[in-house]
Amino acid sequence: MNDMRIVRKDVDMNDTKISAKKVQVFYGDTHAIKDVDVEIKDKTVTAFIGPSGCGKSTFLRCLNRMNDTIDICRVEGNILLDGEDIYDKRVDPVQLRAKVGMVFQRPNPFPKSIYDNIAYGPRIHGLAKNKADLDEIVEKALRRGAIWDEVKDRLDAPGTGLSGGQQQRLCIARAVATEPEVLLMDEPCSALDPIATLQVEELIDELRENFSVVIVTHSMQQAARVSQKTAFFHLGNLVEYGDTEQIFTNPQDERTESYITGRIG
Amino acid sequence: MSDFTADNGPAKGDAKSSLFHETTRTKRRNAAEARFKAYGIAAIATGLFFLVALLVAILGNGLPAFKQTFVTIPVELTEAKLDKNGNRNPEDLAKVSTFGYKPVVTDALVAALKAESIEIPFAKEKDVEDILSASVAAQVRDTVLANPELIGETVDFRLLASSRVDGYFKGRVTREALARDKNLDAEHLDIADAMVAAGLMKTTFNADFIFGADASESRPEQAGIGVSMVGSLFMMIVVLALALPIGVAASIYLEEFAPQNKWTDLIEVNISNLAAVPSIVFGILGLAVFIQIAHLPQSAPLVGGLVLTLMTLPTIIISTRASLKAVPPSIRDAALGVGASKMQSVFHHVLPLAMPGILTGTIIGLAQALGETAPLLLIGMVGFIASNMPDGIASGFIDPNSAMPAQIYEWAKRADPAYYERAWGGIIILLVFLMTMNIIAVLLRRRFERRW
Repeated sequence: MNDMRIVRKDVDMNDTKISAKKVQVFYGDTHAIKDVDVEIKDKTVTAFIGPSGCGKSTFLRCLNRMNDTIDICRVEGNILLDGEDIYDKRVDPVQLRAKVGMVFQRPNPFPKSIYDNIAYGPRIHGLAKNKADLDEIVEKALRRGAIWDEVKDRLDAPGTGLSGGQQQRLCIARAVATEPEVLLMDEPCSALDPIATLQVEELIDELRENFSVVIVTHSMQQAARVSQKTAFFHLGNLVEYGDTEQIFTNPQDERTESYITGRIG
Repeated sequence: MSDFTADNGPAKGDAKSSLFHETTRTKRRNAAEARFKAYGIAAIATGLFFLVALLVAILGNGLPAFKQTFVTIPVELTEAKLDKNGNRNPEDLAKVSTFGYKPVVTDALVAALKAESIEIPFAKEKDVEDILSASVAAQVRDTVLANPELIGETVDFRLLASSRVDGYFKGRVTREALARDKNLDAEHLDIADAMVAAGLMKTTFNADFIFGADASESRPEQAGIGVSMVGSLFMMIVVLALALPIGVAASIYLEEFAPQNKWTDLIEVNISNLAAVPSIVFGILGLAVFIQIAHLPQSAPLVGGLVLTLMTLPTIIISTRASLKAVPPSIRDAALGVGASKMQSVFHHVLPLAMPGILTGTIIGLAQALGETAPLLLIGMVGFIASNMPDGIASGFIDPNSAMPAQIYEWAKRADPAYYERAWGGIIILLVFLMTMNIIAVLLRRRFERRW
């Protein structure tokens, strides 16, 4: 019995976390995403690469229904999280976003203390029973965000007073504090300097142990460094999806090869 | 590009073109800039000139209203006249009207003048009483009714001088003008001068102007703006209690929740239009809806507050929406990203950040409402309240009252120049209120902005 469960868990870990089928996204009359099929694995870093305006961020924002906030945006097709359609009428996007956390392009800490930044999510989801519980959650999240040592002495200081790289790691810590299953990152390093980028990349690699991470990036080197799976988007199409190594060393599609060798994009 | 080459033609041809020499084009540009700066300075100077002129006019005309001429004399409260039965029964005491007190005060004045050996050049000594305000008998009577034990004693009273005497010391009334005035003769002024010399009469600060009630047309020296200040305060409470929650709720809904469609566009346009509607229109709306249809009492601060709420709402909605818009969308994304609901993101993050702007808009809206006169005239917020606070009429939201700007308008309308002076004085008080509110708005904004 016990053994069986371990086997089952093993299978789960390599199982599909998010499965998208025939996803179409329209902004008014613009067809932004065309027929995208993708399977995102659990406990894996998946990178979305492609030139500007290719729809990778749009697609990422479909995965936790952040596009709902845009009036003219319309999504068709199926996106399944653990086999459940997230665009089903019964799904409350708020509940979904607790499971699928998000980190944005520019660090956007709340103009509150570092502690309150992290504690906000657990508080509204009722994850902590008391103050000690909450303290523990905050510490754990900050440790996972690899920023605990830098801020442990000034948890009451405003989150907006940190440097750009620290702010972004704070935002990542804030996202993991609600114990999501998937973490979406929309170009998390584009506003950071190389050293801060390196720290965030190391962090992403650590996060893989607990979460399924999907990262949108402009930098192919970054995709190669942090991801195990890579999806290449071009003009709203998913051109190629496969193991990162294979995409960068042996691309099957001409467009992918052109992009990674720097001829387009 | 073509401009550039054409204008720089000579400079280009000149091989030794030096940085130390301005080209014609640079000269022209600099001249244009200097001219523009001069226009700006001229515009600001004009504005400042009128501001200074306004302040000088207001202070020059209004400050005398804060001072008043008083006569201090001992008054013998003779028992024979004020309490014939001698039993201090309140009912019997109340039966003696101000007509009974008038001779007591007049006698006291005559006695005081004689004591200082000031000559009374009238056929009837009694005529000297015109120096005193018509209100003095009532003042003495009120004191006696409140303290019956004073009867039989001689008490020092500080009595108002008549407005003509007061105006004489403020330079408003001249001896020549009195030739055409039946209220006072030049001889009265001689007596007044002698009384000042003897220390019986003095022009000093008058707190009753700030805290007192209005008075009848013939007693400007007694009138104060205090009661209408209470009326204004009640109205502001009503406006704040209604306009702030309604305005903020409407703006949050429109800005954060409402779908973008023809209906919301229409509502938006009409809110902007409402902000531009003349206030008198709101007044007539209030008259029709609140008084004629809803049968709310006339002249009541409640109705005034409701009308001013209608007027203030667009201002609050517009400023609230502007400050909600100014909150960066990344904050909303951040809140939604950790799984906050729309309402949580608005109330936990967006609203606190927009608060300084909302407060500033609200206070400016309130200040606007505080100075509004026209709608109040239409709903009869010009009640004549002659009794002082706290008794009676100025006590509640549905009792008749006046408001500061309406009171100022009333005073300015009255014939006696002494009221003209009081109107200016009232304007000073109103301006002090408005300035205080604006300063509070600025301070609040600074205080909250530091947290951001």
